[in-house]
Amino acid sequence: MTAELNPRFTFETCVVGPSNRLAVAACRTVSEHPGAAYNPLFIYSQTGLGKTHLLMAVGQLVRELSPTATVEYLTLDEFVEAYHAAVSAGTPRDFRDRFSSADVVLLDDVQFLSHSKEMQAELIRLASEFQEAERQLVLTSDRPPADIEDLDDRLLEQLDGGLIVDIGIPEYEMRLAILQRRAKGSEVEFSPEVLAAIAEFDVQHVRALLGVFNRLQAFQSVNEQPLTLQQARALVLGETPVAEPEAAASGGGEAAGEFDRFLSGLKVTVTQQVERWKTEIQHAITEWSGRGYETKSLEVLLEQDVAGATDAAVRTFEERIELLRGLEAEIAEFDPEAARHPVFKSPDRIAEAEQLVREAREKFIPPPGPSEAFSLESFKVGEATRIAIEAGRSVIAQPGTLYNPLMLVGSAGVGKTHLLHAIGRALDAEAGGAVACLAAGTFVEELVKAIEEDRLSAWRARYRHASAFLLDDVHDIGARSQTQEELFNLFNLFVDTGRQMVFTAKVSPQEMEGLDDRLRSRLVGGLVAMITPPDVELRRTIVRSHLEARVGSAEADMVDYLAERATESVRSLLNVVQRVVTGAEAMGRRLDVESARQLLEEARKPEPHGSSSGRASGGMAAPPGALRSQEKIVWDWPNMAERVIEELP
Amino acid sequence: MSLVNFTTREITCKIVYYGPGRSGKTTNLQYIYDQVPADRRGRMVSLATQTDRTLFFDFLPLDLGTISGFTTKFQLYTVPGQVYYNATRKLVLNGADGVVFVADSQVRQLDENLGSLQNLQVNLLEQRIDVRALPLVFQYNKQGLRRELVLPKEELDDAMNFRGVPSFGADALTGNGVFETLRSVSELVLRKLSEEPSR
Repeated sequence: MTAELNPRFTFETCVVGPSNRLAVAACRTVSEHPGAAYNPLFIYSQTGLGKTHLLMAVGQLVRELSPTATVEYLTLDEFVEAYHAAVSAGTPRDFRDRFSSADVVLLDDVQFLSHSKEMQAELIRLASEFQEAERQLVLTSDRPPADIEDLDDRLLEQLDGGLIVDIGIPEYEMRLAILQRRAKGSEVEFSPEVLAAIAEFDVQHVRALLGVFNRLQAFQSVNEQPLTLQQARALVLGETPVAEPEAAASGGGEAAGEFDRFLSGLKVTVTQQVERWKTEIQHAITEWSGRGYETKSLEVLLEQDVAGATDAAVRTFEERIELLRGLEAEIAEFDPEAARHPVFKSPDRIAEAEQLVREAREKFIPPPGPSEAFSLESFKVGEATRIAIEAGRSVIAQPGTLYNPLMLVGSAGVGKTHLLHAIGRALDAEAGGAVACLAAGTFVEELVKAIEEDRLSAWRARYRHASAFLLDDVHDIGARSQTQEELFNLFNLFVDTGRQMVFTAKVSPQEMEGLDDRLRSRLVGGLVAMITPPDVELRRTIVRSHLEARVGSAEADMVDYLAERATESVRSLLNVVQRVVTGAEAMGRRLDVESARQLLEEARKPEPHGSSSGRASGGMAAPPGALRSQEKIVWDWPNMAERVIEELP
Repeated sequence: MSLVNFTTREITCKIVYYGPGRSGKTTNLQYIYDQVPADRRGRMVSLATQTDRTLFFDFLPLDLGTISGFTTKFQLYTVPGQVYYNATRKLVLNGADGVVFVADSQVRQLDENLGSLQNLQVNLLEQRIDVRALPLVFQYNKQGLRRELVLPKEELDDAMNFRGVPSFGADALTGNGVFETLRSVSELVLRKLSEEPSR
């Protein structure tokens, strides 16, 4: 069972100094980017120098940054115990599954791996799996891997391939900082001289230092007078503390005490004041290297021992990092993979980072937008379309808030695509561009191509960057699981960020075959607006409008004749009107009911055997010469299957 | 002459004990001299008259050893308090990193204290030293005398310490408050030196 993480062991409570700076920086990096760098991370030091603290801090930060991440923290003993328990239960697979499915595994005290070939083999397997799956493994030990007796060479190689870092014995300044922090957190007050005196003792590990502190704290809490330097020393050395003489005596011992107190106080001042610039730079190095940034330019300052202009140097460094972060965020919008380039962590390479961003921007292809051919004004309103168009208008007025997603459902040719693109255009005009509007088939093709060309993240970025996402004929996705996965992720992103999504489909989501339930439930989560085949009134409006646009006038009997012909879709109705207009033009006849009837009804009479025009649709049935018309070319797009159905009666 | 040298890792600073005649400046230095282990102190130079009045100045070099990697040396000076030795006071004050103003707490010495304080300000101004920027602490000496003879620390603060710098009641003869004063001025000096570019 995974041990609980001690909430006190965080990066915030960890005192950083030269002896542990690298280890802290590495731990921060793996916490913020598990599996991306230093995998596995191996930390070693003598006992009591903060390995477990760091290990738990990694676990806490990972959980903080990614609450759903699975973190396993346990000592090697517990790891071994879990293995044996699983083996004796006859379920060794459970043991493997448990750790293989974790995002981060933190293993303490692995020095006990000596001679345990079985556990070493498990660890080799786990490390390999984690490296491939970009999940993080962090190990601690009281000695470097090479000193762990009888360690498998393969495991040594794996550890060498990650990062091996040690924690040294804390120096005076760090010991003092640890004590000061501890004193702040306790209810007992100590004078700076006493803390400085404790820090003076050359303890070999932090735990011993804290033990001394606890002893003093216990003594102080039962005494009314503040602890004196002499008393502190006596306690530290394990002697019985003696009471201080009340007044300054002239005796040598007391005199030396007074001078020592003065020196201790001075030491605190020098540490805190004289080398404050150094401390500030070290803090900056710790902070930024912990976040994965290169800090060479700051480290150079420390080496040069130059006290002047420290603030300016740190400020300049931080400004550069700010700039890098901006560039990183910018390139991530175009190409998230490129944002991982090390140049974005190097404040000395800003020019290179800017160049990368420029190149990414130039390479970026915006997603397909809505077609200019469709407008909301040209979409005819009738009973069949009223709900859909009202929903569309609401979406345009309040994108991402009212109906998200809007799902337009209707049979082929009823105007779903028209309305989808019209909504897209209106949203595009509002948002100033970046609306993605395309057919599901195109979406699938693009995804396949992106996988082929290994530029999936750039492809995703195109759509994630969009201000709205409109997908036509979503039923065409069918059972394609990868496409559904991408659409699902996109869906969550858009809805979470309040960006509008509109879909069209010939059937409602409940009736779509092969659709994942999670996607199905999301598609019905906004508003499903049905568009039914046009009724006679709507057909009349459409015919009138089209005739007026095409020939300048529309006779009432002609409009009635055409509108009353049964049609299942707007598209087939328009085909009929088109056939009549082009046919009359080609034959040089006046456009009236008579000519329309002749064109439509005679065309339905059986043709002599061998005729080539037997299955012609509206467009195809037009006499020679019709192709000269621009309208003909435009209207040549409907799919053939539908036209055949039109002609069957 | 004062410096924090990061290359050679040395801290050297000069602290001047200023104040009216017979206020106890030399007594402060003598007490310090007595408390410092022999290996840490240099020879105390004191040019005194037959009546133990400082004729020129006292000088006590202190080698405080290595503190946080810095070889630390303090040089403590006193000035002659008598009015007619002003030229010497100016000389000693030159290059001071910090000043301890040792005031005589006796009621009857208040005017002397104020006169000396004014003299300090004039001398600093002449040397183009911003008195507000110079590390300064007050020591109200002779607080060990009978209560009716001395002014309490609060009243002396009201009379002299209008900048609100650190101040200490002291009795230099017994050493009470001597090291507290020295420590306080040292902190101010070190803080100020660390804020300035390396010299």
